[in-house]
Order: sequence, then C-alpha cells, then structure tokens
Amino acid sequence: MFKSILSARMLSLLSLLVLIAVVFHVLSGGLFLTPRNLYNLVVQTSVVAVMATGMTLVIITRNIDLSVGSALGLVGMVIALFQIELFPAEAAWNWPLSAAIGIACGALIGAWNGAWIAFGGIPSFVVTLGGLLIFRGLAFETAQGRTLAPFQETYQVFGGGLNGALGEAVSWWVLVVVLALYAAGEFFIHRRQIRIGHALPLILRALRMAMVAILAIGFVFVMNAYDRPRTDIGRGVPIPALILLVTVLVMEFIARFTTFGRYAYAIGGDVDAARLVGIPTRKTVFWIYVLMGVLAAVAAVIATARLNAGTSSTGELLELSVIAAAVIGGVSLLGGRGTVSGAVIGAVIIQSLDSGMVLVGASSSVRMIAIGVILTLAVYIDKRLSKEA
Amino acid sequence: MSASPSHRQPLVEMKRVYKAFGGVHAVENVDATLYPGEVVAVLGHNGAGKSTLMKMLAGAYSRDAGDIHVHGQATPLSTPAEAHALGIETIHQTLALADNLDAAANLFLGREPGWSVGPFRLMDSQTMKDQARKAIQQLNPNFDKIDVPCRDLSGGQRQTVAIARALHFEARILIMDEPTAALGPEETKMVADLITRLKAKNIGIFLISHDIEDVVELADRFMVMKGGQLVGHGRIGDADKDEILGMIIMGKCPPSVTAGPGGQT
Repeated sequence: MFKSILSARMLSLLSLLVLIAVVFHVLSGGLFLTPRNLYNLVVQTSVVAVMATGMTLVIITRNIDLSVGSALGLVGMVIALFQIELFPAEAAWNWPLSAAIGIACGALIGAWNGAWIAFGGIPSFVVTLGGLLIFRGLAFETAQGRTLAPFQETYQVFGGGLNGALGEAVSWWVLVVVLALYAAGEFFIHRRQIRIGHALPLILRALRMAMVAILAIGFVFVMNAYDRPRTDIGRGVPIPALILLVTVLVMEFIARFTTFGRYAYAIGGDVDAARLVGIPTRKTVFWIYVLMGVLAAVAAVIATARLNAGTSSTGELLELSVIAAAVIGGVSLLGGRGTVSGAVIGAVIIQSLDSGMVLVGASSSVRMIAIGVILTLAVYIDKRLSKEA
Repeated sequence: MSASPSHRQPLVEMKRVYKAFGGVHAVENVDATLYPGEVVAVLGHNGAGKSTLMKMLAGAYSRDAGDIHVHGQATPLSTPAEAHALGIETIHQTLALADNLDAAANLFLGREPGWSVGPFRLMDSQTMKDQARKAIQQLNPNFDKIDVPCRDLSGGQRQTVAIARALHFEARILIMDEPTAALGPEETKMVADLITRLKAKNIGIFLISHDIEDVVELADRFMVMKGGQLVGHGRIGDADKDEILGMIIMGKCPPSVTAGPGGQT
C-alpha cells in the first residue's frame, strides 16, 4: 500500500537522510539540525543538485560528464571577468548581461562536449576528461589566475548570502502558491486517473499531499527561523533553493513528459533499438550535453555569488559530488534508469554527510574517505537492487 | 520476372543495391521486387546479406549504390522516418525494443503523439496507452501488461509488442525479419494466420526466415542470397525444398528458377 505513494528506493533514500541527520545531530552535540546549519546546507546543496539534474539525463543515456566542475569554474571566471573588469561597475544592466554571457558560455561548453561525443563518436569519458583539463585551464587563463572580486550587490543575492533570501513574509506567500499549484496538479492527475479507471485511493493521495505539505511548511519554518545577524528578522527561503526548485520542476517535466526525455531513456535502454525505430540518437545526446552545460552555468552563478569572488579553482572536484549524487539517487551507470528527483535527494545526502562531518570536526581527508566509501556502497546496493527488480 | 503479376505496379523495386562494411561486400548489386498482397521470402545463411538488404529498405542503413523505388517513386530511404512515411514497417530480428520502457512507450517510440511546447514535444501518454492496449490486444486478447517494462515480458509477449507496433501504423510494406524466432508453436501459428490476413489486405511482405517449412507454406515467391549476392529467385512452386536448400547451401540454381549473379546453374 505504501509503495503507491513512495517507491521503495525513494523510501530508503529518505530513511538514510533521516539517519544521517540524527546521527550527526547527536555526534555534533546538537549542531546539525539547527536553522543556521540547515540554511547553509540548502545553499551548498543547490550547487550540486542543479548540476545533478542534468547529470541524470547524461547518465541515463549511458554517458558521463567529468567536466562539470571545470565548466562551473570557467563560467564563473567568465562572469567575473565581464562583471568586474569589463563592464562598468555601477551599470544596472551589468549583472544580467554578464550572467547571460555566462549561461551562453555554459551552453557552448556543453556543445563542445556534445559535438565530440554525439557526432565525433568519441567516448564521453574521454571527451569530458579532456574537457575537465581544458575548461580548468581556460578558467585560469581568463584572468591569469587572479581572483576577481567583488560582484555587484544584486548579483550576490543568487548566492543566498546576507540579502540572498526571500524574507519571512514572501517565503510564506511563495509556499502558499507552490502548495496551491501542487494541489491543483494532484487534483488534475486524480481526475484523469478516474477517467481511465485506476485512480490512487483518495485516502492515499491525501496522505501523500499531507506529507508534502508538512515537509514544505517545515522547510519554510526552519528557513524563517534563521535570523539575520543581530536581529530577530528571519531570513526565509534562500534564493538558490528557489533556483533549484524551478530547475527540478523543469528537468522532471523534460525527463518524464517530453519525447526528448523519453528518447534519453530509450538510448540508455538500447541504443540500437532507438536507432532502428528512428530516434535521432546523436542529436538527442548532443542537446543533453548542451543542457548539462547550461545547468553547470546556473550552478556557477550560485557558487560565485555565494563566494562573492571569481577564482579559477571554484568547483574543483565537484564533478565527483555531482556524479555521486546521481548514482546515490538511483541513476544507473548502465543507462536507462533513474529519476531527476532521486538525484536531487542524492545531492542532499552527499552534502549532509559532508556538512555533518565538518560539524564533528572531521578532517578533509577523512571526509574524502567517507564519501568514497559511501559512493562505492551506493553503486553496490544499486546493483543488488536492480538485479532483484 | 515473367512469373510475376507484371501488369500491376510493384510496391518495392530494388535495383543493383550495394552495401559494403569496410572491405566486406555485405550486399552486392541485388535486385528485388515486391507486389501488393504477396509474400516474398528472403532466404540464406547467417551473413548472407538478407538482414542488411532489408535494413536498407527499412531506412536503418544507407546504401552505397543502387536504386530503390517505392510505390513507383525513387527514394533515398536514408532514415527510418522516411521509410515510415512511405508505409514501410519493420519487425526487426532483434525486435528493436527498449527493454527499460513499457509496451506503450515502445509501440510509439520515435512517433509519440502529442503537442509541441517550445522546443519540446509533450507526449500524450493517455492516447499512447489506450491505443497500445487496443493494438496489442488485437493480436493477443490476454495481454494486459501495457505498463510493465519490456524486460519483464516473455519472449512471445515481446514479439507481440514488436508486431503490434508494425501493424499499428498501417504498413503497406512489411518487413518481417525472423518473426517466429522467439515463439512457441501456438504463437507461430498466430503469426502465420496474421500473414494470411495481411495478404488479403493487399499488404506486401518481405519475410526473412531460415525455416524452409515456414516459407513454403506462407510465401508466394522466394529469393535466395549467399555471400551478399542474389543466388536466384522464383515462385514457390518452381523449386522443391531440396532444390531451395541447394541454392542456400551451395548457391546452385535449378533450371526452373531465375538465376542471379551469385547463382551457378
């Protein structure tokens, strides 16, 4: 019965998340489940999770992208160069234009990867390993390794810093709108399911909606409980979380309801079959990489705005967290299986582990060991699960 | 081709079709024709070039040389979509099913009904599910696993999905590559009945098979390939089973059939 509201995989991921939270809360002497830590966790997670939604599609087609961390670094430097060095510091059009240039740069990076993989027939592992080096090198060359700072104040909002949240009142209003849309969606699906004659029982649907609502209300409540320094004014939902929400909705929509997403799954399931039935396999893979590049650029905006500086090393090793997030979230490296929301939960798990270990004072070497072990275990468990399925 | 009903326009006319993979001549200057309402069996060993020839007609392989006329019109047939548009449907030997997707998704794969939303195409999954159920249940009334991934279906069920897909889009030319390979006796008979019904609807069928019994029972004409070349072709009554076997194994043509470039008389 419970399976119809929540898949077994999703349930185990969520249980793991709760376990991590409780264990680290206790170990850190009550530091983990605090508004301050959770707020920062949300902001940190957004960077990885935004990219993990794209990595999901990449891995579903049985490809990989090792260059997303470097792509983030390069895009960040390009934005910094334009916003801080080339464009007038006070111009109102500065940050939107420099951010737009950054997004376009991300699309170009994706097109570079995608063209070699889809049309050049080179394995994605090789192309994006090359990309990892190329884009990191270019990030250094962009400003000869200098650190560029500061960004415009409006731009810094995207990083979720001091002014980077919605405030208490707006957060509640956004919540109301989101929940209303969600309820309308559930209602629409319910009516359609009744028409075909196998609807989820109303009680289960209500239960699911209540669960989502409680989680969402709890989320806003916690975010509002984190006060601005030396005041009792709550910050509210951070802007990066809003960016992540929109990204997840768009990417879930693409993956589940469009032919583009369907073709990604088909290519990962059986590329020969996909070709025989006339799916434009190369074009699909190419555009998936372009999309991945754009998402890396969005993540670059969040990361640089948060840091309030462009450095050529931003995003180093991030590709590993992104891939790990997708894999832990149930995206199969064998292709053809996985969901966007699973990958996002994978990102939350990875970042929670990392942040929890920081709180208990683990060194960076210990954190690396732990994340590595978790990744290996996740793939092993995934393999077992898919064999049984 | 004196024995053919030449007063009618052929559905398919392939002339000196050629395809090489690297240095291997997979199909060497092969001619073939198909008329409405007839079944032409394409025979030969593994690697004789049957599947390659048919894949060129299906638009899955592009040919290196030669002409293909469909409904009297010359056509490049360089993509499966082009073949679909001409009413050419194929049941591939591998079935061409994405095993991670369900039957409804596979039936419409590459041709999903829906609406354009910006650069994307939104799928009408309701229509897909309804029509897939109808199409598959026409072949097998007991089939109800519309939303189960194809990897969890039996060999016969998978074959049914592949056949339903070819029929759903109203094929006028049907290529069946070993359609009974994965089937038990009962399902094999179902396919035989189906072929008879399709013939009555004036659909032309290329039937690739290595089972001579099958062929003799179902086909009107046959063509034999060996080493990428056409050994010969004729009407089913023109040669007995042993003679056809001789053509397949040794490339030896009896005088009663029309010899091709690859046949010895």
